[in-house]
Amino acid sequence: MQAVNVRLIQVALLTVLLGGWQLGVTTGVIDRFFFPAPLDIVQQVITWVIDPGFYKHVGITLSETVLGYLIGTGLGVAAGVWLGLSPFTARILDPFIKAINAIPRVVLAPIFVLWLGLGLWSKVALAVTLVFFVTFFNAMQGVREVNPVVLSNTRILGARRSDLLRHVYFPAAASWILSSLRTSVGFAVVGAIIGEYLGASAGLGYLIARAEGNFDAVGVFAGIIILAVFVLIIDLLLDCRRKAPDHLAPQGRRRTPGLSGSTNVR
Amino acid sequence: MSIAAAKIEAVSQPGLPPMVTIDDVTMAFGSFVAVENVNLTVGNGEFLSIVGPTGCGKSTILNAIAGLLKPAKGEVSIDGAPVKSVQNNIGYLFQQDALLPWKTAFQNVELGLMFRGVPVEERRVKVMAWLEKVGLKGFEGRFPHQLSGGQRKRVQMAQALITEPKVILMDEPFSALDIHTRHLMQNELLRLWQEDRRAVVMITHDLEEAIALGDRVVVLAAGPRSRVIESFGVDLERPRNVSEIKLDPKFMTLYRDIWASLRGEVEKSYASR
Ligand SMILES: Nc1ncnc2c1ncn2[C@@H]1O[C@H](COP(=O)(O)OP(=O)(O)O)[C@@H](O)[C@H]1O
Ligand SMILES: [Mg+2]
Repeated sequence: MQAVNVRLIQVALLTVLLGGWQLGVTTGVIDRFFFPAPLDIVQQVITWVIDPGFYKHVGITLSETVLGYLIGTGLGVAAGVWLGLSPFTARILDPFIKAINAIPRVVLAPIFVLWLGLGLWSKVALAVTLVFFVTFFNAMQGVREVNPVVLSNTRILGARRSDLLRHVYFPAAASWILSSLRTSVGFAVVGAIIGEYLGASAGLGYLIARAEGNFDAVGVFAGIIILAVFVLIIDLLLDCRRKAPDHLAPQGRRRTPGLSGSTNVR
Repeated sequence: MSIAAAKIEAVSQPGLPPMVTIDDVTMAFGSFVAVENVNLTVGNGEFLSIVGPTGCGKSTILNAIAGLLKPAKGEVSIDGAPVKSVQNNIGYLFQQDALLPWKTAFQNVELGLMFRGVPVEERRVKVMAWLEKVGLKGFEGRFPHQLSGGQRKRVQMAQALITEPKVILMDEPFSALDIHTRHLMQNELLRLWQEDRRAVVMITHDLEEAIALGDRVVVLAAGPRSRVIESFGVDLERPRNVSEIKLDPKFMTLYRDIWASLRGEVEKSYASR
């Protein structure tokens, strides 16, 4: 009963908000140059969604996200496990890692465009720099928090170093990475879209940037809605995957890695 | 004073060839000397219990045998070969949970054979047989967190014994279990051990357990610089039943004697904290 009520109030609120906005625009109270009519925005969204060419943009943003996530996670796991296993190297590299992580990623976008061109790979690179650190810190933490008794036991059972990596360290790191799946995929999306927004010839971020260039507020708002839906769909897909089996839950406490640099982007 | 006591050689039962030899071993953590000048021999097929106050260095000695810790002085050897690194020919039953949480009971028990390159099918047969032996038939697909404390201990037992180790090390193996489960597990351990007697070194702070399971009970002094102070032979018939044997008059006499020796050390270890 209460749930139905909440839904009703939500729908009513939305109707009043959008209706008022639409009314304001048609009566001229609101300047349609800055705040285009909701109906125009919806029309623009529909025009895009029924245009097959639009899915090229979606596909490109999606590819950048997926590639950025996979490469970032791969590199993060490798580096995290490596540094987790060699505390000495980790101590030496610590200030460098902190410094690099402190760089706001937005400023890297032009550099990546310079190095990798306007195409897909400069966006992937930006996503990688964001995803890498989340995974890296989690993997390192996972390796460091492996229970020493479990480790001794496995060694006594005859595990060599490669066996330990495969059966102990990587699974330990994996459980932590799984726990940060949503964060890192979120970062991959942000990286891809910021990259497109700052310089690209295709993708959802590019659609917004192009509309902005033409002072096309309808396009900008429509782009924002599309983006929101895009992220929501990815979130929904993750929700199905997120219920990780209990045995893969991290052993130790959860620690949110310092992401001073990325907060600048989000 | 400690010189005379340190000279006590804890010799194994006559007639058994030595399997583990601890020769004048001193274990230290930095400047902290945990145990000093320990001499111990465990015969092949002998069940040795070690008792001593908490923190006296029992686990440290066990870790030296396993090759997890290096002695500051002296040498440990297993079956004549000096222990230089982590040993693979032993089974170690840790006090804490030592199973891989991301592997099922089956996969955990399988580890030792897998690392030795035993073919998949042979592995499967052996693992299933061992799981049945420890009473876990039907539980092979469970993850450790889906098993009770006693069941996890059983998996650990199967995991440690499946490789047919020369020596079995046990560090207060049942201390975390409730009293009924503990008796059950102790009897099961005896049953398994009886099948093919191997050398066992079991640490415990439970004197009843030490006597009920062991062929010999060794008492360690309070730490630091702990050492072996006395060694008692346990001549109780086997096979034994852990709950019944406690009523045996011989058991009670032994208990009184060993406790007389252990008590002073326990009091010392309390006084020093
Ligand atoms: N890694 C270590 N570093 C420093 N001291 C240790 C370490 N491990 C054990 N000790 C010390 O050595 C002594 C013996 O420890 P331990 O063998 O675990 O005792 P027990 O198993 O008899 O309870 C204790 O005083 C303990 O504090
Ligand atoms: Mg101990």
